Amino acid sequence: MKFIIAAVVCVALIRPATAYSQLYATRNGFVGFYSKTAMEDIKAENNQAYAIIDAGKKNIAFAVLLKGFVFPKELMQEHFNENYVESDKYPKASFSGAYTGDVPLDKDGVYKVVVKGNLTLHNTTKAVEVPGTIEVKAGHLLGVAEFKVKPEDFNISIPGVVRDKIDKEMTVKVNIDCSTK
Amino acid sequence: MTKGKIFFVFICIISATSLRAQDKDLLNMLNDSMSAHKSKTYVTGTFKAEYIINTQTVESPAAGNLNFVIQHRFGQLNSGSYNFFGLDNATLRLGLDYGITNDLDIGIGRSSYLKTFDMYLKYKLLKQTESSSMPVSISVLGTVTDFTEEEPTETYLNTKYRTAYSAQLLIARKFSRTLSLQVTPTYLHYNLVPTVNDKNDVFAVGLGGRYKFTNRMSIDAEYDIVPTGQVVSTPVHNSLSLGWDIETGGHVFQLVFSNSQSMLPTQFLAQTPGTWGKGDIYFGFNISRNFNLKKKQSLKPQ
Repeated sequence: MKFIIAAVVCVALIRPATAYSQLYATRNGFVGFYSKTAMEDIKAENNQAYAIIDAGKKNIAFAVLLKGFVFPKELMQEHFNENYVESDKYPKASFSGAYTGDVPLDKDGVYKVVVKGNLTLHNTTKAVEVPGTIEVKAGHLLGVAEFKVKPEDFNISIPGVVRDKIDKEMTVKVNIDCSTK
Repeated sequence: MTKGKIFFVFICIISATSLRAQDKDLLNMLNDSMSAHKSKTYVTGTFKAEYIINTQTVESPAAGNLNFVIQHRFGQLNSGSYNFFGLDNATLRLGLDYGITNDLDIGIGRSSYLKTFDMYLKYKLLKQTESSSMPVSISVLGTVTDFTEEEPTETYLNTKYRTAYSAQLLIARKFSRTLSLQVTPTYLHYNLVPTVNDKNDVFAVGLGGRYKFTNRMSIDAEYDIVPTGQVVSTPVHNSLSLGWDIETGGHVFQLVFSNSQSMLPTQFLAQTPGTWGKGDIYFGFNISRNFNLKKKQSLKPQ
């Protein structure tokens, strides 16, 4: 009998830590990156980012096709794909990680979170930690974050002649609206 | 072992496995979803520039983009030390090339060779896809040229007689990130030819390609064949050109060697008198500079 009690207690203890998966996803998330220098402004935006949030386990993942980034200058877009991220060899950028911070799903509101995980780009993976917010709104989870990325951290070489035209750190903006499908 | 103990172990196993089940990689789910919703994507950057060397490539400026092209050829290498092996002389073509849409572009140019004006329209008929559904890119190019150099002894040469046309089908395939090849069947029409034995309608075919040896540099070659029996009153040879492309930001710089002096299809294809063997080689360069005249809208307001 005491084993049964022990078992029930054990399960009761484990349960809160092992919440069920509650998946929220989108196939048209927004990811943009921006660079500002005295010589040139660079802007690239993609609204076909895939994102998934497991609100139960507080896990989050992104995947985005690099070819989907739209630049105002067509030639920049070609150079981005051909010369910098080499999207023919490495077509995707992805992120996989978890967030900390309370996001009560039953209460609409904007909640601060910190997202921690691995960002993979150009076949290089780097650990990143990014503050952001998750908004609970009518059964959707809206995620917003902004952070900096150094191209050199991802083994993306920038030739000397254009180095002054590209910011040392790109500003990346993420905006997703995930639902339970 | 008592029943209770077994139950306890059982529960623990269940808990552990359910824990692992929840760890199912979210990223794998995304990747699966991505491959399931794969959309058609086109191959880009078949060539860096709009010219292999003398022949146009399937590339054209994007909508609202203007390319300024300077094509320059020095004199013949075999013109001797007195002419500094050709460097004393130069033939120049200045061109502007504008993308009306991403698929249609219009160009105008002026060459110092015979003081020739040219104008063309290029349209992308088919675009090579990354999947095998479309193996080639095909553009159609129509060019009109009109030479205006004064010919004091041939005063009958009016604009109509001086005008020639070319219609070209540019068929290219990017075989890999380094290798692209293009076949260019060409139909030329001359309103006036020197003798009755010369054909007004001339067929030629261009073969060309590029091999990229770094992300920003490539070696190019083109060989343009004009079958015999079409141009008979003047010596005409096939045109062979070699080039080296260097790309820096908005510029493409090409160093070229060719046995053709002119850079227009109605001239270099059927009016190349020189050969490499005799040293009738023109050294020169093509420079193209891209200007973006139209700003695209943001996907989302900042």
